[in-house]
Amino acid sequence: MRLLKLSGLLLLAVGVCAQAQSPTYGLGRTPTAEEVAAWDIAISPDGKELPAGSGTVAEGEELYVLKTCFVCHGLNGSGATAPRLIKRDVGEVDDPWDYGRVLPIRSPYATTVWDYINRGMPLGMEGTLTPDEVYSIVAYLLFLNDVIEEDVVLDQDSLPKIEMPNRNNFARVPDWFPGQPRLEGYPY
Amino acid sequence: MSSKQSDRREFLKRGAALAGGLGLAAAKPASGQLPDPEGMIVGTDDLVAYGKRSRFEDSKRIPHGGRHSPDAFGLDFHIAAPLQESVGVITPSSLHYVGTTRGSYVPDIDPANHRLMIHGLVDRELVFTVEELRRFPSVTRLHFIECAGNRSRSSHTTVQETHGMTSCAEWTGVLLSTLLEEAGVQDGGEWIVAEGVEEVKGASTIPINKAMDDCILCYGMNGEAVRPQQGYPLRLLVPGFEGIFNVKWLRRIKVVDQYYMTYNDYGHLTQDPATAALGYQIGPKSVITFPSGSQRLPEPGFYEISGLAWSGGGKVARVEISTDGGRTWQDADIRGEPQPMAHTRFSMNWTWGGNACELQSRCTDELGQIQPSRAQVAAFWNQPPDQPVRVKGQDNSIQPWRIDADGSVHNAIA
Repeated sequence: MRLLKLSGLLLLAVGVCAQAQSPTYGLGRTPTAEEVAAWDIAISPDGKELPAGSGTVAEGEELYVLKTCFVCHGLNGSGATAPRLIKRDVGEVDDPWDYGRVLPIRSPYATTVWDYINRGMPLGMEGTLTPDEVYSIVAYLLFLNDVIEEDVVLDQDSLPKIEMPNRNNFARVPDWFPGQPRLEGYPY
Repeated sequence: MSSKQSDRREFLKRGAALAGGLGLAAAKPASGQLPDPEGMIVGTDDLVAYGKRSRFEDSKRIPHGGRHSPDAFGLDFHIAAPLQESVGVITPSSLHYVGTTRGSYVPDIDPANHRLMIHGLVDRELVFTVEELRRFPSVTRLHFIECAGNRSRSSHTTVQETHGMTSCAEWTGVLLSTLLEEAGVQDGGEWIVAEGVEEVKGASTIPINKAMDDCILCYGMNGEAVRPQQGYPLRLLVPGFEGIFNVKWLRRIKVVDQYYMTYNDYGHLTQDPATAALGYQIGPKSVITFPSGSQRLPEPGFYEISGLAWSGGGKVARVEISTDGGRTWQDADIRGEPQPMAHTRFSMNWTWGGNACELQSRCTDELGQIQPSRAQVAAFWNQPPDQPVRVKGQDNSIQPWRIDADGSVHNAIA
C-alpha cells in the first residue's frame, strides 16, 4: 500500500514535469530533417556541422583564380580592395597576433574561415561554392599563411583539428548577466 | 443635366467663390501681421494613403564610415542619422541609422514566404511563419541600437558624423524567451546563434542569459512594419548590445553549447579581456545635439541645451552638463520617463553671454556606471598624454563642443 502511494506520487511528479515542459501556445510546426540540414550552416569550433567533402591546396590555388577571389583580394592575397588574406611580412614573431588582422592566420579556429567563405563568398555569388571547393580554398589560404603543409587534405575530420596559432591566444567574451556593469572599475 | 441641376451647380460655384473670398479676407487681416502660407498642398491619393513631411523639412541621413552608400552596385554600408535635428527620443523609421556587415543588398522579402526556425539544443524544433509569430503575446518597448563604429573623431564636424550611428525606435514583437520556452531549451544550451537571410547570412553568438532576459523578435517598428533596411519582416533586438548583434532579416535561432566564433564574432576578437568586455554591452553615453558641431548661435541670449543619453546597462539615471569644458557640472533635466536601453532626452536652460566656451554632457546609468572623459580613458589605459586618445572597445567618451565668440560650434576633440 505504502509502495503504491509512493509510486502514485512519483507518477504525479513525472506528470507535472512533463506538463511544465509542454508548449503553451501550440503554434508553428516541426521542421523536416532536410530543412534543418539545409539551413544549419553555422560551423562550431568542433566542426560538427561541417558537410562531407574534401579539398587540397593545389585545387584551392586554381579555385582562387577561377572563382575570381584574386580580383578583390589580390593575386598574392594582398594589395587589392578587399581585406588581405596573407599574413604581414614581419618575419618570425613571438606573438602570432603581430601578423595582423588576417582571417586565415588570426582566427583561433579554421572553422571560422570555412564558415565565412561558405556563407559569404564570392561577393555577389554567395552560396554557389560546393563543399569540396570551400575545403580547397581554405586549404590554400592556410597553406599561404604557413598554417598547414602543402600535402594536407582538408575534410570534416581534419579541418577542426588544425591548431591555429591563436587557438588559445585571445580573450573570451565575458560571462553576461542582467544588471551587470560592462567592466567593473572602468574608468572610475 | 436638367436645368435645375445646372442652376444648383452655378449656385455652388458662386458660393465657393464667395467662401474663398471670405477665407482670403480672414487670412489677411487689416493689420497684415499673420504670415501667408506659401500655397496649399494639393491632396493626392498617395498623400491620403501615406503622408509625408513638409517640403521645408530636409533633415536627412548621410553615408558614414568613409564609404559611400549606396555604392555603384546598390549596396548599403553605413548610414548615419541626423541627430542634430532630432527632437524627443524616437528616430523616425526613415531616418533610423543603418549598418551592414560589409556592405549589403537590402533583401526584398515577401513575408508570406519568410520562416523562422528554432532548433539545436531544444526539446522541440520549430518553424514559424510571420503570421504565426504575430499570434504570440507581444511586447512594445523603446530601445536604442548603436553601431560599434559610432566613434567621434577630430575630423568629424557634426554630431551626425560623431554620433549618428545610433537611433531609437519603438519596437514591437515577441520576446525571444517566449519562443525559447515554447521550444524548450535543453541542459547545455548556453548560447544562441542568430542568423539572417541576406547574401552574407550575418550570424552572431549571443549568451542564453541575454536571449532569455529581454531580446525581442520584432515585426513592428514605430507603429508599422519593420522597414526593409532594418530587417523586414523580422529582426532580433538585443537591447544594449552592440549593433551587430541585432540580426536583421532573421531566419534562424540555433541553441548551442559553445561560442561559435562566427565571422561577426571574429570582428570583436581581441587579446585583452578588458577590451573584450568593453566591446560587448554598450556603456553609458550622451551627446549634446543642440548646440552641436557646425551649428551657430545667432546671438547671445537664451537657449535650451538639448541632447540624448543612453546606456546598454539599463535606464539613464542622471545627466550632467558642463558649460566650462568639464570644470563644473550641473544636473540636466530629464525629459520624459527614462526607459531601459533607450535614448533619453535631456535639456538645460542656458543663457549664452557671447564668450567662447565649451559644452559637455555626462551620463550616469542606473547601475552607477559613469560616462568617462577622454582624459580618463587615456589614464585608465596608461596612454601617453601627448598622444591622441585611443578609446578601446565601444567608445562612450564625453563629446566636447567648443563655441567660439562668433557663435559657431566646433568639435573640440583633439
